[in-house]
Amino acid sequence: MGARLHMMNLFKIAARNLSRYKRRTVLTLSLIVVGVLFVTGFMAVTGSFKTMMVGQITDSFLGHLQIHRKGYVAAIETLPLTMNMKPRAVKTVETRLREIPDIEAYSMRIKFGGMFSNFLETTNIRLNGIDPEKETKTVPLLLPRVMKGQRSLSHGEILVPELLAKGMKVKVGDMVVVIATNKDGSVNGKQLKVGGILESATGPGGRDGYVHIEDAAEILRMEEMEISEIAVRVKDFSGLQEVYHRLEAELSGEQNKDGKPVFEVHTWEKLSPFYNIARMIDIMTFFIKLMLIAVVLISIMNVMIMAVYERVREIGTIAAIGTLPRRILSMFLIEGFLLGAVGAAVGSLLSIVLVYGINLAEFTYDFSRQTGIVLKTAVNLQDISVISGIVIAVAVVASLQPAFKASRMDPIQALGYV
Amino acid sequence: MQLIIGENVSKIYHTGEVPVNALKGVTFSIPKGAFLSIIGPSGSGKTTLLNLIGCLDKPSGGRLTVAGADVSSFGKTDAALFRGKHIGFIFQGFNLIPVLTAYENVEYPLFMVQDVPAAKRKTQVQDLLAAVGMIDQQHKMPDQISGGQKQRVAIARALVTHPELVLADEPTANLDYDTAMSILALMKKIREELNTTFVFSTHDARIIGEAETTYRMEDGMLETTGNGGAPAHDESF
Repeated sequence: MGARLHMMNLFKIAARNLSRYKRRTVLTLSLIVVGVLFVTGFMAVTGSFKTMMVGQITDSFLGHLQIHRKGYVAAIETLPLTMNMKPRAVKTVETRLREIPDIEAYSMRIKFGGMFSNFLETTNIRLNGIDPEKETKTVPLLLPRVMKGQRSLSHGEILVPELLAKGMKVKVGDMVVVIATNKDGSVNGKQLKVGGILESATGPGGRDGYVHIEDAAEILRMEEMEISEIAVRVKDFSGLQEVYHRLEAELSGEQNKDGKPVFEVHTWEKLSPFYNIARMIDIMTFFIKLMLIAVVLISIMNVMIMAVYERVREIGTIAAIGTLPRRILSMFLIEGFLLGAVGAAVGSLLSIVLVYGINLAEFTYDFSRQTGIVLKTAVNLQDISVISGIVIAVAVVASLQPAFKASRMDPIQALGYV
Repeated sequence: MQLIIGENVSKIYHTGEVPVNALKGVTFSIPKGAFLSIIGPSGSGKTTLLNLIGCLDKPSGGRLTVAGADVSSFGKTDAALFRGKHIGFIFQGFNLIPVLTAYENVEYPLFMVQDVPAAKRKTQVQDLLAAVGMIDQQHKMPDQISGGQKQRVAIARALVTHPELVLADEPTANLDYDTAMSILALMKKIREELNTTFVFSTHDARIIGEAETTYRMEDGMLETTGNGGAPAHDESF
């Protein structure tokens, strides 16, 4: 109780000292508020942009994470059929996936390269054999990418990527032939009907075509269904890393006769080059935070140094009447703390208003081939807490040197100071 | 009973190339309950002696005992603790904390120096403000009261911790004659009631005669003594 009252008195004195030089305090606070506002606003906008991009990539074709046979990802450019997972291995993975309640859906894919012919011309194509029902649950934005035709995929149909359709001059309803070489080297072809034209998406796999998984198995003359990859969608994206670690831990126990792991698990971050862009955004945010730290550090240090210089006689007086150096130190530290805390609080409050305003204004932007995406910003409590924590900590650190100087002041010299 | 005993106390300042002997081995004693003035021209060593007695500075030589403690050996923190417990200060320029009211200025040493509980603080502060005639002005800020009133508040602040010794450096220098006399009368009254020892420096000829004992400083030496008022403690010198 006594300590609490003592602290209250210290805060009261600090607040009054700050209000003594109103203009200077307001200017410093404004600087901190603008800094907090800028950083929080930047994080809200870039965070929203990042979330949208990650959402687009993972929901359009990638999935949140993928499971392959060990070594497949390293060789993914050649889509090696020899590295597909056998039915027994797939069953093992499925059993594990069903045991994890945080997984919303998963989808098996057969990935292969082939030739695409419209009977007049032939070109290369990368294809995914999918179970449409499972695939749409795992990557819900796949079918909405269908620009022309029905948003579905049936047996005997193919979804053709738009650039290929344009180049080969094929339309919905046209018959085409897909020819592929299976893992034994024999060539097979199948006639398919163009069920839809698929809008391109950013990233690897964004320009692949899609056929039904059973058609893929038929083209590749598979005696039993061999799977290239299993895409997984988690219920809560923020819990992705936990699911990943659990899955990896469980699947790493599955080893071949040589004692080596059979499977590999990758999150979207390892599979998409966009992760590097996301990392760049994080690095930019980090540097913006550094700028905020510099602004707070310099402005508060400046104010506190001035405060000490202007109150030398006062410091001499309180030291003379027996105030211990550590208490003088705490008086000035509390002033710095108050400046930081008030600046952080007002800045955070205004940030929420700013974000609300941005959302209300419904700014739009274009991403890749998508236009008119509405900017939906958000600040979360964690970001606000981190920024406020940084500001307050830096404010206290900035006050340390002036506070220390005040606490070490010689009372005689201070009392004689004019 | 002697409250302050100085034996061959010296103070040398090394501020420039030539050392300055501010005090040249003075020996003195001041009994408890004294009302004593130290007079002398500027630069004679009055303030230096007060600073040493007040544990704001350390002697260069000799031995100085205040309230039974050898203050010559105190470190910074020990000196602050000792001052907070045993000594009250009154300054020429009043030195009230401008952001605190009269009440809060008097209360300040109780919570920042002595950790006195809030309930007890209130009684102590209000009693003292009443004693110095400032109870009606207790909620005013220092810039809302006159110089004499400020000094009354400063006296209350100096006394609020019940110190054995109050040191006042030119306490009336910034006051008109009437106010100066009333301040001295107040200090005397408190001395009578609480038996607090008052030591003040001055070169204000108007008030020299008000002290019961007077020490004269000249060029770092205690040259002569005189009796301004009642010769109550002249045997102590």
